[in-house]
Amino acid sequence: MRRRAVSIFIWLSLLAAGAGVVARAHFAADMTAFLPSRPSAAQQILVDELRDGVVSRVILMAIDGSDPEARAQMSQDLTTRLHANPLFLAVANGRELAVTGQKSFVFEHRYLLSSEVGAALFTVPGLRSAIADTLDIMASSAGLFPEELLLSDPTGETVRIIDQLTPVGGPRYRAGVWSTADGTGALLIAQTRATGSDVDGQEQAIRVIRAEFDTLRGASPPATPRDLDLDLKISGPGVLAVRSRATIEGEAIRLSVLSALLIAALLLLAYRSLRTLLLGFLPVISGALAGTAAVALTFGVVHGVTLAFGVILIAESVDYSIYLLTQVRRGRRTDEFGEWASTIWPTVRLGLLTSLCGFASLLPSGFPGLAQLGLYTMTGLLAAALVTRYVLPDLLPGGWTAQPIAALGTVVERGISHLQRYRQLLWIVPVIAAATLFARWDTLWNSDLAALSPISAGDQLLDARLRSGLGASGMGDLVVIRAPDDQAALRAAESVAVGLEALVRANEIGGFDSPARYLPSLELQRSRQAALPSAVVLQNRLRAAVATLPIQADRLEPFVAAVESARASPLVTRSDLDGTLLAAGVDALLMQREHHAVALLPLRPAAGGPISAAIDAVRVAAALGALPPDVQAMVVNMKHESDAIYAGYQSQAISLSLLGFGAIVLLLLITLRSPIRVARVVTPLMFSVLVVMALLAASGRALTILHLVGLLLIVAVGSNYSLFFETRLANSAAAHRTTVLASLVIANLAAVLGFGVLALSPAPVLAALGMTIAPGAFMALLFSALMAAPQRGERGS
Amino acid sequence: MVAAAAILLGCLLPSQSGAVAGEALDALLMRFRQQQHGHVTFTERYSAAVLDRPLESSGELFYDAPQRLEKRTLQPRRQRLVVENGTLVIEQRLKQYRVALADYPRAAPYIDSIRSTLAGDRQGLERVFRVEFSGSDEDWTLLLTPLDSKVAAEVATIRIQGADDAIRVVTMELTDGGQSVMTLGTATEP
Repeated sequence: MRRRAVSIFIWLSLLAAGAGVVARAHFAADMTAFLPSRPSAAQQILVDELRDGVVSRVILMAIDGSDPEARAQMSQDLTTRLHANPLFLAVANGRELAVTGQKSFVFEHRYLLSSEVGAALFTVPGLRSAIADTLDIMASSAGLFPEELLLSDPTGETVRIIDQLTPVGGPRYRAGVWSTADGTGALLIAQTRATGSDVDGQEQAIRVIRAEFDTLRGASPPATPRDLDLDLKISGPGVLAVRSRATIEGEAIRLSVLSALLIAALLLLAYRSLRTLLLGFLPVISGALAGTAAVALTFGVVHGVTLAFGVILIAESVDYSIYLLTQVRRGRRTDEFGEWASTIWPTVRLGLLTSLCGFASLLPSGFPGLAQLGLYTMTGLLAAALVTRYVLPDLLPGGWTAQPIAALGTVVERGISHLQRYRQLLWIVPVIAAATLFARWDTLWNSDLAALSPISAGDQLLDARLRSGLGASGMGDLVVIRAPDDQAALRAAESVAVGLEALVRANEIGGFDSPARYLPSLELQRSRQAALPSAVVLQNRLRAAVATLPIQADRLEPFVAAVESARASPLVTRSDLDGTLLAAGVDALLMQREHHAVALLPLRPAAGGPISAAIDAVRVAAALGALPPDVQAMVVNMKHESDAIYAGYQSQAISLSLLGFGAIVLLLLITLRSPIRVARVVTPLMFSVLVVMALLAASGRALTILHLVGLLLIVAVGSNYSLFFETRLANSAAAHRTTVLASLVIANLAAVLGFGVLALSPAPVLAALGMTIAPGAFMALLFSALMAAPQRGERGS
Repeated sequence: MVAAAAILLGCLLPSQSGAVAGEALDALLMRFRQQQHGHVTFTERYSAAVLDRPLESSGELFYDAPQRLEKRTLQPRRQRLVVENGTLVIEQRLKQYRVALADYPRAAPYIDSIRSTLAGDRQGLERVFRVEFSGSDEDWTLLLTPLDSKVAAEVATIRIQGADDAIRVVTMELTDGGQSVMTLGTATEP
């Protein structure tokens, strides 16, 4: 009794401690679960971008339905509303210049911001040519230039700057606003104040957008039927993070509950006692709590994927209680558990150790999501097994007896011995499977990081549609500059731009963007300021410059005054840009890190070639020119880096899994002390893994890391079956044998039901786990039974 | 284009003295709608209060239904101006400017008026302007008055005069006294 009280006390204390840890744990539901924990310098850029860079803050919106004018009106109204909301740093719909009044900001600061400003512009020929150009535009485009603008900005600097801000190859226009590529929706882009990894902030931003849209649609006077037809679609990294959290919270948990209910129904049939059923779930619940607490303590943050998939992975622990609660029979409690502990438990323990070896192979993964899953599963299984062994028996009421299930075992045994006759045919199975795998080897593994995202195919399509409307994939070639501070980064961006412009002229690249385009370095602004002539000098030069032009120099007095005031005006800093499109431009491309600043210069490939020419990173790198010693510049292809990260995970995960398999074999060798027995345990598992891989490949599915996790789980769950067949069933009495067999069948049915439900999920990751494990677990039992049978027969005779 | 116009005119529209202006406008626009491409010469005079003398330019206009309008100025200096999908691209010498048309309440209606007329898009015209048609098929005038108050603050009227299915003169009167007169020449086929 004392031991019983102690073990229950320890268990309850650990549960309470675990609950305490979990209650304080920090949960994350963004893509960072898929990012490397030890990134290279180039990968770090990608990681930062995905975590809190501007790429992560973008929300794309499409207004569909009704007609182009109604969509444009809604696009404009929504932009105005969102622009006034502090949750958003910037909102654009193609008409942002008109919305935000930044035209006047650009106009005011034109002599510091325009790339044309320099000594050459203010010479007599420079002025003449610039003013003549402006007059040409004025004459030909009939009023593009208001007359006041001609008088105060005759060299056309405002138009020049606005031109720089208008994206080249950007979205197409319809009814005056941006439209999706297919022209069926108005396109808007918002940039949230919340970073992409701040899922709550993103969720709030999405709620605000939806609420504003609904208000505008419902209440805009007059609420015409065509307005009611309008529909809002939202996407973007933050939106997808919110949705994947919803998937995890909704889908994974809903399916887990559904599969738990199915398993519960099954077990209720077996146990015929509600109380036993509830007791049977205690190990799983303890395991889930222990796993979450271990991850929270080790990693500091628990990824949503860990929670969602971890619960699924430790479903194996239901088996432990099944083995206990279906097999304990006869007499007084102390006796029966004593026997269980000495006969069945060692096999369960070996199965547990096998599973731990398998999942330990996930621990060293550079992929945090996977490492967390490994730790979660190992801790969870260990805790569940310990609770089953040391706590659960003590919680059973006195005089408790398992319901007889041997009848089921007898039926199954008959079925197995019937199938046995064909067991020679079994060797064909791995041959066919191996041949299938060989034929599909090249396309066996999925090489796209997106395959891991818990986002439905529909959402991925929507995202692609909105992105193609933007005319930018977002994942291209970049020149990345790393400098001690933001001014050094801007200066380096300006210096690198010289080389890049030469590449543009040579049509090596189509163009590039730079943070310095939106916010010139203070040094460059100072040099522009220094190039501005005094009022007297400018007046004299102007007189000479416009002598042949149809305008009087005296009329350009506002121009002279503007230049004069710019000579002494304070330089433009980042905070001056707040609320303008320029701010969004700078923030997108210039990032202040803890001890350094990073500037990004996205490159556009050259157009017009017979093939859309890829950017030659080596030539770009050669054109960057000399930089100060504390500044580094490199050329990075984001898609390449992201694929490399994923490929890295995958090959690492595959080799670690093989290592894990090696560890399992070693463990079995040490325990069973016979290579032949080890082979008997391992062969059915290998067959199952091969067949499942072949089935997936034959159905045209490319395998991802999550399939690999599923294969590991087949080995973990299946090892229990094959170990029972190898060690327990071989030399036990018929009555006992049928009971053990029946408990294996019940455990197997539970696994097949539980994981089978997941296979129906629309979320690819969940479906991947379900599709792998459900058939794999079944085959592991089947193959174990068929292969173990003759040995049992020999020994039995 | 003239030949084609004559044939079209002969087939579709014998003189309709009794027709009301609305029908005549529809008929006119219908003829424009049937033209997929246009290519004419132009001369333009732009006068403004701030200028000593009017600015004159000349060149060629190209139109591809229903969206694209290109204006190639050859004199006094080469310049290319393309309007497509709401974006205006101006190229002159080494400089290129891209602007969203919607941001320019002066330029947008002017370009829209020509584009919508050429596209035969009556709805498009009437969304932006009050449209008055007068004259006959052989000598017609469209008087366009901006509906939007922001536009009307800058543009007083746009008058498009033509004969048959060809535009002859486009005159824009600005509220600040500025005026642009664009005279289109006969089609020249390359």
